[in-house]
Amino acid sequence: MTHAAATHHTSLGLDNRKMAFWAFIGSECLLFTSLISTYLVYKGRSVVGPYPHEILNIPFTSVSTFDLLMSSLMMVLALAAVQRGDMKWGKIWLFSTALLGLVFLGGQVIEFTEFVHKGLTLSTNLFGCTFFVLTGTHGAHVAVGVLWLLTLWVRALQGKLGPANAMTVEITGLYWHFVDVVWIVIFTVVYLIP
Amino acid sequence: MSDARGLKSWLTTTDHKRIGLLYFWTALGFFLVGGIEALVIRVQLAQPNGQVVSAETYNQLFTMHGTTMIFLALMPLGASFFNYMVPLQIGARDVAFPRLNGFSYWVFLFGGLLLNASWFAGPLFHAGMLNVAPNGGWFGYANLTERQYSPGPNIDFWMLGLQILGISSLAAGFNFIVTILNLRAPGMKMMRLPVFTWMTLVTQFLIITAFPVITVGLALLMFDRFFGTHFYVREAGATPILWQHLFWLFGHPEVYILILPAMGVVSDVLPTFSRKPLFGYTVVVYSGVLIGLMSWGVWSHHMFAVGLGPIADSVFAGTTMLIAIPTGVKIFNWIGTLWGGDIRGTTALHFAVGFIAMFIIGGLSGVTHASPPADLQQTDTYYVVAHIHYVFFGGTILGLFAGIYYWWPKMTGRLLNESLGKWHFWLQFVGMNLAFFPMHLIGLLGMPRRVYTYSPELGVGALNLVSTIGAFLIALAVLIFLVNLWRSRTHGQPAPNDPWGGATLEWSVSSPPPVYNFSVIPTVTSRLPRWSTERHGPMQDPPAVPPGPIHVPGGSWWPLVAALGLPVMALSLLSHTLWVVFVGVALLIGGIYRWAFEPFEV
Amino acid sequence: MSEHAPGAAAHEHASVRTYVRVALILTLVTAFEVGVIYIRLLTPIVVPLLLAMSAAKFALVAMFFMHLRYDARPLTAVFVGPLVIATGLAVTLMTLTGAFLVFGR
Repeated sequence: MTHAAATHHTSLGLDNRKMAFWAFIGSECLLFTSLISTYLVYKGRSVVGPYPHEILNIPFTSVSTFDLLMSSLMMVLALAAVQRGDMKWGKIWLFSTALLGLVFLGGQVIEFTEFVHKGLTLSTNLFGCTFFVLTGTHGAHVAVGVLWLLTLWVRALQGKLGPANAMTVEITGLYWHFVDVVWIVIFTVVYLIP
Repeated sequence: MSDARGLKSWLTTTDHKRIGLLYFWTALGFFLVGGIEALVIRVQLAQPNGQVVSAETYNQLFTMHGTTMIFLALMPLGASFFNYMVPLQIGARDVAFPRLNGFSYWVFLFGGLLLNASWFAGPLFHAGMLNVAPNGGWFGYANLTERQYSPGPNIDFWMLGLQILGISSLAAGFNFIVTILNLRAPGMKMMRLPVFTWMTLVTQFLIITAFPVITVGLALLMFDRFFGTHFYVREAGATPILWQHLFWLFGHPEVYILILPAMGVVSDVLPTFSRKPLFGYTVVVYSGVLIGLMSWGVWSHHMFAVGLGPIADSVFAGTTMLIAIPTGVKIFNWIGTLWGGDIRGTTALHFAVGFIAMFIIGGLSGVTHASPPADLQQTDTYYVVAHIHYVFFGGTILGLFAGIYYWWPKMTGRLLNESLGKWHFWLQFVGMNLAFFPMHLIGLLGMPRRVYTYSPELGVGALNLVSTIGAFLIALAVLIFLVNLWRSRTHGQPAPNDPWGGATLEWSVSSPPPVYNFSVIPTVTSRLPRWSTERHGPMQDPPAVPPGPIHVPGGSWWPLVAALGLPVMALSLLSHTLWVVFVGVALLIGGIYRWAFEPFEV
Repeated sequence: MSEHAPGAAAHEHASVRTYVRVALILTLVTAFEVGVIYIRLLTPIVVPLLLAMSAAKFALVAMFFMHLRYDARPLTAVFVGPLVIATGLAVTLMTLTGAFLVFGR
């Protein structure tokens, strides 16, 4: 990410990119809420099966959830490392975050494949539609996040990342934690609530 | 303005002033396209049993007229002023993210071109010309828009065009929120901002919260049309009503997105030409914010005929009536500004006053819609068409024209001709009333909207003819306006820094401003920095020559390249070819990577 | 140093210990969430319980991992505003379509 001059006066004393990113996150709240609301509005209205209770694997998904939560921890440790100039651990934590993200995505792939084998596809029933579009959109966000993290990691390997541009890591973190937070809601609403 | 010339300098521009001009010309072009669509509609409806166009063509005409006017003309015209004026009004050198700004413009242009390409794209889909343009109304109700009932690419063009345009608006939204909150000159407190900038801020918050909802609605439609889902299919247990909810959750804030900037313009124009501060600045600002917030609570008033039930209807009737309050309050403030002022009847002022009068009428018909029993008679008739045109045309368009006449000298360095301007105003004012007032009656007499013709027995032939005459008067007015624009390039009086005696910062710099806007960033000590009031004298304008070198960011190709990725991705869906999407994604992601890593100092 | 804009007071940071603690709490709450659905006794209140727990996790991540607790107010406002709208949207939409969780169907 380019090093925008932080020497500009800002009226609120806040970094422009950080503020823009929080506005973006606010906007994404509306995006995911619309998808989640669609899921909730159509919950229980599938005309044919398979139905959620027949298919959702809560133990498996709990592990996925734990994986994503841990990745958030790693992200925050990555930021702390970069901020104090410890690029060795910065790289390790950045890569670990991306890795856990990939594990999560792998879990999604396994889950989706299972469901398709059990007869649940996008077009089978309302549960299929809403489930796959909601979790698929989330998964796409995770994938973008992984790409973003790996890009940062490569920049770090090239020696182009350091405490001076820690803001870029912070913003990456905001994105990653937001993606985690959305999953917290999805996990509860889709998997846990009966 | 930047001194660089040539196509490349425009394609790579990151200067908010140039981007503002790009938005202006493009929006004007689309306004003319939408206007021609309107004229054809009016010719078709001038008499009963009209034979000018077929029903299928008519459906495309009114769909494209609405979609074009709202997304390609009115919103971008507003955007052109956000772009040009907001940094000047807050005392900044540019917006927070200049390249993102360029990106927004290019995405808008490509989205608009994609949408309008549909008029000519028929042969690519084994159909004639004028056959595959969107035809489901600007609001695209499911399940008419499902593949089963709309098998052709018409709705796909619409859905993809709107998704692309949404991205443009969202990007600009983030940009302007940060700009207005974070880039203000020293001393420019929030409650010293010009009302236009305040209304822009509220508008951007509405944009970033409302557009994601329509993004989802459209995405669900895309899944239904391309990937076999059933989000709006009754047989699968779903309901088309979900579309209406998602659409209007966006659609209602959208109409406030359309009107608030015009209200902002008027709030700046009236004080200048009354030589009096805005009456009740604080109230006007707070009511603008309130309107923005409340606009989230009224959406189902577009669904009174759907059968949501008496409780839902009553609640939304209540909230809708409530939102009329802050709106009405502003009207009193505007009148209070004019009252006792030293009035100079410039064209800009004519349009501003015309806005107030016409918006009152539009607001009144709106309030009648707020009552569900009354609305049941009005909905889907020409009464609603009257309402929307009084608020969109009499409101937004008159307000934006006030802005054009006010700010044109600043943007181009030339004054528009006041004589031609008055002709433009009066012809447009008379024309719009002739065109749209009869529609109240036409609607109540029973003519439904979105019908390609009507029978003579309905008895609305004469009124429709009057309406058509009005439409052509508007066209004549717009022609005069175009002549005025054209002539001003060579015959327009050169504009000084401040042709009007304005109070706000944009008038403290040359017309057009230097590329860096302010040679010295001003320190602001009041709401009316350039005026002399009881409390303070006028500010010192920044010196003509800057004290030292001022860094101005250069241009960049990457916003354009990244923007190009979006219509390419859309083309993939339209043509049902997978590999094309990868080209689009490569352009987008590649563009973004180059953008992120190129050296660029704001 | 990019994250300290000139003029802003140096803001606190949570320590690594705090982060690990928060992560631990998140894990525990997740475990509770999963556990709760298997406890018959709690079935009547399982929905509000789950919603409350996930809201708690949400808040913890936002305040600590996303640093909102230590950041200037405008940032929280820019996030919470749309969040409130979003919540209202979800609740209203569910009410209007008769899909209310709490009352089942």
